[in-house]
Amino acid sequence: MKNALDRIVRSQVWRSIFRHGLPDSNRSRAETVFYNFFLHLHPTKVRKRSIKFTYTWGLGGMSFGLFIVLVVTGALLMLYYRPSVPQAYWDMKDLQFVVSSGTFLRNMHRWAAHAMVALVFLHMLRVFYTGSYKPPKEFNWVIGVVLFVVTILLSYTGYLLPWDQLSFWGISVGTNMIHAMPFGVGDKIAFLLLGGNIVGENALVRFYVLHCFVIPVVAIVLMAIHFWRVRKDGGV
Amino acid sequence: MDDKEEKHSKEENAMSRRYFLEIVGGGAVLTAAVGSAVVIGQYLSPNVLREPALRFKAGLIENFSADSITLDKEQKVFIVRGKEGYFYAMSAVCTHLGCIANWKPEDGVVACPCHGSKFNKEGNVVDGPAPRSLPRFSVTLDEQGQLVVDKSVIVGEDVILKV
Repeated sequence: MKNALDRIVRSQVWRSIFRHGLPDSNRSRAETVFYNFFLHLHPTKVRKRSIKFTYTWGLGGMSFGLFIVLVVTGALLMLYYRPSVPQAYWDMKDLQFVVSSGTFLRNMHRWAAHAMVALVFLHMLRVFYTGSYKPPKEFNWVIGVVLFVVTILLSYTGYLLPWDQLSFWGISVGTNMIHAMPFGVGDKIAFLLLGGNIVGENALVRFYVLHCFVIPVVAIVLMAIHFWRVRKDGGV
Repeated sequence: MDDKEEKHSKEENAMSRRYFLEIVGGGAVLTAAVGSAVVIGQYLSPNVLREPALRFKAGLIENFSADSITLDKEQKVFIVRGKEGYFYAMSAVCTHLGCIANWKPEDGVVACPCHGSKFNKEGNVVDGPAPRSLPRFSVTLDEQGQLVVDKSVIVGEDVILKV
């Protein structure tokens, strides 16, 4: 048994993945951070006071954690949900009453979405109160504001997908607000967003694509930049 | 001006090869980018809409009693028949944010469930956040005695269909 384990650990495949032992000097610790893809986002050294929990309250990290929960539960929900007028509502009902753990996944997606909006907002407040938007972190504050808007848009585009009365009128009212933009710009944007003049089949598909593909991709790219900048500016 | 000096100024004015290629290459990329944006913009704007037609038949005039207000849910239009028998058609889409307003006979108002706007029977705002009165649509009578409403033609309050 021990022999077999030894052979695995000494095999070329194993050693191609785990290339070093545990780092034992400051130099090798720094190198580990530099050369590991997942760790390279981190600064090689961190100030003790910036990792104090009551300084950050871990709000950004928790927001990211919820994003992961939303991606996983969302991908699973996509397997039973078809974004078309005859099916969307009944697929949602099927998820609630017919699919194993469907209610659990749907509720998890919903609660995580609500929590993410709340936590991103609280994270923004924390950054404001600790003055962490000041130079040299101004650029990251700007990205953060865009990420907050992206979070709201993710929440809003998901709102239409159950295709019930609440969704329908929520999106009707929301897209009607766009019409208030002057010089016909609002009318054009609302038309492109809905793919027509009414909240119908086109609107449902457009919101689905925005919710499941376009906005998440934007969010992931912005998050990568956001986290990288946090670390370059000496945070965790 | 001597020969040497002339040659020098000529070189200064001449476009360098690098700059020329930058202009050509950059221009090509810019043209492709603008072209793509235009094509995608056109793609996003549907050419055929499978939405309810704006001109529709609302029913035979006998079906509407005098002094009545009837909501066509599908078309989101009120067919109003006055005491004297005349007709007019009025949008049921609230001018605030687009919810469907309902006729409340007990209060004698058209009320929107979303944000509490109220309109009178003539479509004028009496309460709430609605900024404009409900628009009136053209109503005509066809040979079979059917009311035909055209939502693409907005008419004033003075235009009514006398029968």
